[in-house]
Amino acid sequence: MSKITGAEILIKSLQQEGVKHIFGYPGGSVIPLTDKLYQQKDIRVHLTRHEQAAAHAADGYARATGTVGVCMTTSGPGATNLVTGIATAYMDSIPIVAITGQVKCNLIGNDAFQEADMVGITRPITKHNYLVKDIKDLARVVKEAFHIARTGRPGPVLIDLPVDVQLQEAEFKYPKTVNIKGYKPNYKGHPVQIEKIAKAIEKSEKPLLYVGGGVILSGASGELTRLARKSNIPVTTTMMGLGAFPEDDELSLGMLGMHGTAYANHATQEADLIIAVGARFDDRVTGRLDTFAPNATIVHIDIDPSSVSKNVPVDIPVIGDAKTVLKELIRVVKKRPYKDWHDTIRNWKKVLPLKYKSDDKLRPQYIIEQIRQLTRGEEVIIATEVGQNQMWAAQHFTYSDPRTWLSSGGLGTMGYGFPAAIGAQVGKPESLVIDIAGDGSIQMNIQELATAVLEKLPVKIIILNNGYLGMVRQWQELFYSKRYALTTLAEKDLTKCPDFVKLAESYGAKGIRVTAKKDVKKALKQAFKAKGPVIVDFIVEREENVFPMVPAGESISNMLHGLA
Amino acid sequence: MEKKKKMDKFVVSVLVENKFGVLARVAGLFSARGFNIDSLAVGKTEDPEVSRMTIVVEADERILEQVEKQLNKLIDVIRVQDLTKGDYVARELILLKVRTSDAKVREKVVRVAETTGAEIVDVGKRSITVEDTGDEHKINALMELLRPYGILEIVRTGKVALPSE
Repeated sequence: MSKITGAEILIKSLQQEGVKHIFGYPGGSVIPLTDKLYQQKDIRVHLTRHEQAAAHAADGYARATGTVGVCMTTSGPGATNLVTGIATAYMDSIPIVAITGQVKCNLIGNDAFQEADMVGITRPITKHNYLVKDIKDLARVVKEAFHIARTGRPGPVLIDLPVDVQLQEAEFKYPKTVNIKGYKPNYKGHPVQIEKIAKAIEKSEKPLLYVGGGVILSGASGELTRLARKSNIPVTTTMMGLGAFPEDDELSLGMLGMHGTAYANHATQEADLIIAVGARFDDRVTGRLDTFAPNATIVHIDIDPSSVSKNVPVDIPVIGDAKTVLKELIRVVKKRPYKDWHDTIRNWKKVLPLKYKSDDKLRPQYIIEQIRQLTRGEEVIIATEVGQNQMWAAQHFTYSDPRTWLSSGGLGTMGYGFPAAIGAQVGKPESLVIDIAGDGSIQMNIQELATAVLEKLPVKIIILNNGYLGMVRQWQELFYSKRYALTTLAEKDLTKCPDFVKLAESYGAKGIRVTAKKDVKKALKQAFKAKGPVIVDFIVEREENVFPMVPAGESISNMLHGLA
Repeated sequence: MEKKKKMDKFVVSVLVENKFGVLARVAGLFSARGFNIDSLAVGKTEDPEVSRMTIVVEADERILEQVEKQLNKLIDVIRVQDLTKGDYVARELILLKVRTSDAKVREKVVRVAETTGAEIVDVGKRSITVEDTGDEHKINALMELLRPYGILEIVRTGKVALPSE
């Protein structure tokens, strides 16, 4: 067999894994790799304008398509710029493989130019990572990296590849199987535990399915929906679980937690049985732990044993893959009316609906609703930044399909949405991909307008422009006597610094500004119809708040409902 | 969750891949998650590709459960076993350097070593180094016996342990 270089081995390995797209940025330590990528056509490399965006784009690609996203940068600063993106993917269990160049093997540890200890730096934010110093290990490492990233509880894996290894030569033989002694994730739930759940459901009068991102990752939305309908059990999802269950279904309670619906939170507190599936009892969901779901027997189905009983003691744990376990569960559950329970919930929905002030002011919630109205029946993917924009997008859109909601849940990364939308658009060229942003977070990766324009990715950016870092401002309003420390981004005229329309135009994108409620629909239609990327700058009510809201550290029974 | 926590010491035996950087992964996990390590000893096993770590953890039952689960999550960790759940043998090695100002003291220190089964491993002009192996009890007793003479330096390996048959 003839010998090929490390760079070629890497590319051939990526092809074996079915990789079609890489998001990346070049530099001294990956020139041999980018040179070989340049000479082939199977894998397209999308040049971002910042390495952080490459990581988020790989993440957005992975969330939208359900396959592993790949990003690539040079050593040192290029690699450290990936850190926020990798940590974002780690917290939300998103499968990405990050490839970083490294200085030559004999310079490692020497404080060489553009050297950073990436294996050390990313150890706590990757599922696993590798430094490949021997070319003979390279193919096996790539095989393992993809296997680890996509199986079990998915997550990011980093491969650090010194530049001289990219140039060394070896024979290429891609391993057929993976055998890692310490990594054998368990997919099948224990039948005894599944039987216990069935019994608990039989005894329950007020059951509730509490569904997280694990259901989407496992591709189990169909099973979940079937289970809910067959058993007649209402469903609430976490923010990460949006899209796992159709929110227009009568059984849906929408999202629970800090900014969840009042009826979802009340149902959680009243339930006598909570069936958690692929969720992890995050503090934004549970609020004050010792008051969370006080009456409920807790069932927890999760592939990660360390998620079980981490925050909330679990009565019936099932370690396994959501899809596999739900399939088993569907077989053993029976339909029951739960009439009182559904009546109670229906009443909460009537008395405490999601609402906002309906007047002629331009309010962000209205914009989100209009986006939903105008895109019904279309394949639409919503990415968000972090803060008020994210919460309004979570509350007011009505998600019905998995992998249509891309948002940084665990890490809460501002600047995530736009590059994630770019990645999603690459993976789903036919979908309408919309980034719902605030004027603060969009500025964190605004440089990616160049990527969107030049790569012809028609992402639509909706800026809910209030001239504030709105979520922090909301906390300052409610809990810090309106001292708006460091949260005022624009003084009076929100169209000046920056002027987002001109900014869009300067990159060759389209810019539209909307200042009145009556113009919302027209502007959205125009944006969605446009062939290329568009920024729509909505100058919204400046001090609009996200309600309901559970103050940090309080019981989720204690919601603030605002004035509306 | 606000219940008073009773902290105990647990002996956790961890089989890991004998690879570069594994110790850093384990140590990093403990510091990142705020677990307390009392001692950690590591060395190769009968299989040169596998090392065994013996970690003494100060924790309550709930934290211990997380320690085990989080360790198991590391790809390079092959097996985690809480030895305190069953019978096990644990040993530790200690080296004590004791001040011996004159021949009389030296003689006394030698006698302590002889009666306790410890070994003299180094004799200097002004000090003697004593080595002992045993369980925590035995090591502590030796330390107390030698303390009056003036202990100059101590090094302990931390526990190594295996489950009993």
